[in-house]
Amino acid sequence: MTQTIIDTANHIAAYAAKAARVKVVAAYPITPQTTIVEKIAEFVESGEMDAEYIRVESEHSAMAACVGAEAAGVRTFTATSAHGLALMHEVLHWAAGSRLPIVMAVVNRAMGAPWSIWPDFSDSLSQRDTGWLQFYCADNQEVFDTIIQAYKICEDKRVLLPAMVCSEGLILSHTFMPVKAPEQEEIDDFLPPYDPGWALDVDNPFSHANLVSPEWYMEFRYMIQNAMENAKRLIPEVDREYGRRFGFEHGGLIEKYQCEDADLILVTMGTMGSEAKISVNNLRKEGLKVGLARVRVFRPFPKEEIRKLAENAQMLTAIDRHVSFGMEGFLATEIKASLYSREKSASDPPLVAGFLAGIGGRDVTYRDIELIAKKSWKWMQAGKIEEETVWWNLRE
Amino acid sequence: MQKLEVKIPKSRKDLPVTPLSVPTVGSMGKTGDWRTFKPIIDYSKCTRCLLCWIYCPEGAIERGEDDTPKIDYEYCKGCGLCANECPVKAINMEREKK
Repeated sequence: MTQTIIDTANHIAAYAAKAARVKVVAAYPITPQTTIVEKIAEFVESGEMDAEYIRVESEHSAMAACVGAEAAGVRTFTATSAHGLALMHEVLHWAAGSRLPIVMAVVNRAMGAPWSIWPDFSDSLSQRDTGWLQFYCADNQEVFDTIIQAYKICEDKRVLLPAMVCSEGLILSHTFMPVKAPEQEEIDDFLPPYDPGWALDVDNPFSHANLVSPEWYMEFRYMIQNAMENAKRLIPEVDREYGRRFGFEHGGLIEKYQCEDADLILVTMGTMGSEAKISVNNLRKEGLKVGLARVRVFRPFPKEEIRKLAENAQMLTAIDRHVSFGMEGFLATEIKASLYSREKSASDPPLVAGFLAGIGGRDVTYRDIELIAKKSWKWMQAGKIEEETVWWNLRE
Repeated sequence: MQKLEVKIPKSRKDLPVTPLSVPTVGSMGKTGDWRTFKPIIDYSKCTRCLLCWIYCPEGAIERGEDDTPKIDYEYCKGCGLCANECPVKAINMEREKK
């Protein structure tokens, strides 16, 4: 049995935190995330949610409070956007290094300057190397499902790492969509109470994350990398199990659409990955064999799946909603890094093109994506990429 | 939950997921060596108020059965807080002779 909730992705994230029986929420408001923690405050105030709601003076404190609560052995949640996430940066490292499976909703918003409240991935992708898992959602249903899944994945003893569940601000955060939520007992059965990997104990006092000499530091970092690899195996399993139980599956690490026979595969993240399905349908009608791979999990990065996609395709086109200044779009870089061979071979890997689109919230329609695909197609036929990084729809 | 055991790791397999530290006497070695000035209690003036015992940031003052404070010179770093706090000036800081 499920119930249908028609609401914004932000409110849906709050419903998911409630369904996950989160015990501590420490948060600071920031646009466009604010309505998540407002809704949670309502739930706590009305008694619908049995949780401590800690109001703090900054996002740095919000994450520090989450670290403390999680270290005390309870499930915690928070949410933020853009500059709030940037202010958390230091504590993000402490959370991951302390191996605390905190789950945080990140409502993507472009970083200033110049000031913006519209979406792109510059906030969360700047936190790439903090040791947090990163999920990117394409619709409100996926936001709900991924928050529940993230707790199960992160709390697994083979992982014990925190996760960001990202969704693009305004495009999803303030858009109403119907979402099917399983009954509470069904979620409880899927996601049992938190059994911490370690927890502070007043009767047996100890401190955590203390000074480690060069003799052992590297080993602790290696364990985080191992945990990421474990997460990579676990994410598709948990997604499949969720799908079996509740009817929604989101593709594990990468959602693939019409990739089997595709010559050209578009690779993107978030809502552009849902818009692009329409583009693929239209392009197929014109006889162009185009497929779509929506990278759902950016960390750990699914490089094995990218390699598999590249086996039959002639070209991969990355459409990135963020640029790494001085380099290119993140997906473009990661795809190329994944494809670089560890052994000499007679055949070249497919061409990889990079397009930057939707930066600072500029609209990316299915028509835009079709034009990007057609430009790529031309380059694919010519066997040559004419422009290494294309800023799509850049004004003259 | 991971059971907390105190042991010196020999290999990666001995490590907990994150470094956990239990309170240990002298985990940094005998820090009394760091001392430049040594606090000396004049027990004829001492009123056993225990302010020195409370203020010692290193826990290097032991509380005797009759509340007589006793400084553990193996760990006292000679910071002088006890001498500063003593309301009857019963603690003198004397330069270490090395």
